[in-house]
Amino acid sequence: METSLSSPARSSDAIDGATRLALYRSQLEIRLVERRAHDLFVQNLVKGTSHLALGQEAVAAGFAVAMQADDYTFCTYRGHHHTLARGAPMVGVLGELMGRSCGLMGGKGGSMHLTSVRHGVMGSYAIVGAHLPIAAGAAWSAQYRRSGQVAVCFFGDGTTNIGAFHEALNLAVVWKLPVIFVCENNLYMEYTPIGAVTAVEHPAAGRAAAYGLPPVIVDGNDADAVYRLARQAIAAARSGGGPALIEAKTYRHSGHSRADPAKYRPPGELERWLERDPVTLYRSRLVDAGIAEAVLRDLEVGAERAVDEATEVAKASPPSPVDVVEHDVWADGGSAWRS
Amino acid sequence: MAELSYREAVVAGIAQEMARDERVVMLGEDIAAAGGVFKTTAGLLERFGPRRVRDTPISEQAIVGAAMGAAMTGLVPIAEIMFSDFFAVCWDMIANEIAKARYMTAGQIALPLVIRTANGAGVRFGAQHSQSVENWAMAVPGLKVVAPSCPADVKGLIAAAVRDPDPVIVFEHKALFATRGEVPDGDHVDRLGTARVLRTGRDITVLALAAMVPRALEAAAQLERDHGISATVVDVRSLVPLDTRTILEEVGRTGRMYTVEENPRLCGWGAEIASIVAEECFFRLDGPIVRITTPHVPLPAADALEDHAVPSVARIVETVRRTAG
Repeated sequence: METSLSSPARSSDAIDGATRLALYRSQLEIRLVERRAHDLFVQNLVKGTSHLALGQEAVAAGFAVAMQADDYTFCTYRGHHHTLARGAPMVGVLGELMGRSCGLMGGKGGSMHLTSVRHGVMGSYAIVGAHLPIAAGAAWSAQYRRSGQVAVCFFGDGTTNIGAFHEALNLAVVWKLPVIFVCENNLYMEYTPIGAVTAVEHPAAGRAAAYGLPPVIVDGNDADAVYRLARQAIAAARSGGGPALIEAKTYRHSGHSRADPAKYRPPGELERWLERDPVTLYRSRLVDAGIAEAVLRDLEVGAERAVDEATEVAKASPPSPVDVVEHDVWADGGSAWRS
Repeated sequence: MAELSYREAVVAGIAQEMARDERVVMLGEDIAAAGGVFKTTAGLLERFGPRRVRDTPISEQAIVGAAMGAAMTGLVPIAEIMFSDFFAVCWDMIANEIAKARYMTAGQIALPLVIRTANGAGVRFGAQHSQSVENWAMAVPGLKVVAPSCPADVKGLIAAAVRDPDPVIVFEHKALFATRGEVPDGDHVDRLGTARVLRTGRDITVLALAAMVPRALEAAAQLERDHGISATVVDVRSLVPLDTRTILEEVGRTGRMYTVEENPRLCGWGAEIASIVAEECFFRLDGPIVRITTPHVPLPAADALEDHAVPSVARIVETVRRTAG
């Protein structure tokens, strides 16, 4: 399938050193926090479920680095990476996973609903497809207010088969909204290979024509490629060019959720994708580009220390007081249903 | 005061708020160029322009979802779902997303939005276009729910809904669109969470909502005239918040409570009120609580069948006469 935007991104487009370090740092921090989230599960410090984004770091980093501070991010229940990439504090993320008062939502949302409005993270949505129309609405608001903001909405390959995906795409195109729909195609909808349940080979790009959009596919394990494409699509949307639909080919290193050992994967598949691990690939690229090993090592030590410190702070944080159960149903802070 | 029809009062309430606040925008199917299939948005496109009054595709999830996204980012959207039956195709947006966003995010997300919809029977549209679904909305924490019965309340409660910082569902009633009544001139803003005592009697208290209110009033007049039974009639108006103070006071005063509900029987709004009254007002009751409802069936289309299903003046009178002794 031909893949393009109106003016195709060229791999030769230069990305400056500071941006490249930001892309690496973002991917690394996501990787370390996700591993820590896994460890905390094993220690039974994180209850419930969680959906790790190990292997999908480059998509989050590439977009977040390309976005402006007041742009909007909408993500799914697999949303730790996007939340972190926009700058939400690790303590808030890990604390939320552990149900502590220091969590982004004080434990009321949990892993699947990470939200940090002050970082532009307008929510993580756990009903597949729901947030695409919501992101379109945020983009409509930006268009109406002439604020220049763009909404970026991330979702999995499985989302392309639910109605809300199609309703949102159609509305966004008809209203020419500044919203970028980003499909993270990690090859599996939960436990089922996406190809087994989808009418077209490329679940998002193969549907683009139905909405008058060009089919766009990017290597989702290449942060530079994602970043270049993100910049271009965001700039187009910001200047009134309307929405884009992007399919990032990537891979989920772990199972669908905590409960899933991913035994359905054919032998060798994981190993082949691990050879294309986005974090490792990016580090090599930076070394090849002449970035000093010491610089990278400093960054890595700093990220590890940050995750360790955030973990300890979150562990030391008490659970939220139980009276928050009846807080924040309404704007007055309470939950009264009688007057 | 001007006399308006119920449908004109819808337009008047929306127009009042759009004129006041630039952030108020509208979206829905056929609401702009066509003025709404029930003509409840007639003239708004001409007055406020296509930026603020937007026709949508037949995409209820997109309509309600876009309203949510716009509300969390600075607008005050009024979304129209043409028939309340269609809530079922966007119930995820209403019940899972809108109702829960503030709570799940510990107050980070505010959703000042209104969803208006045409509810109820009377137009013979059958089981998928004539339901009363107010009890669906009432059952979900995080939604405010009103169902006005007269033009003045329509205008005032729509205005209150738009100004409220929380999501509000406004159930307009199809059978009432042509009814007329006095509506205050100028800025008219009512209060959510308030019931209204429309008639005061000695013997029984009848609680009614929306299209059941005029029927309850007519039944009360007949009961007084033909059977010497003196009834208080309370228009519940707001299901969430629920004005339990007025309800408990009025039920306690007569000692007998009747509900007249258009929703099907099980878990209808009257069941919740009956439970509250039984818990909090039991020793002031002089007899059993009686609920007069649509039976627990999908709504039939034919006029004779629909009329039989939905509580009528005759059924209210007969039920009260039989049980109030």
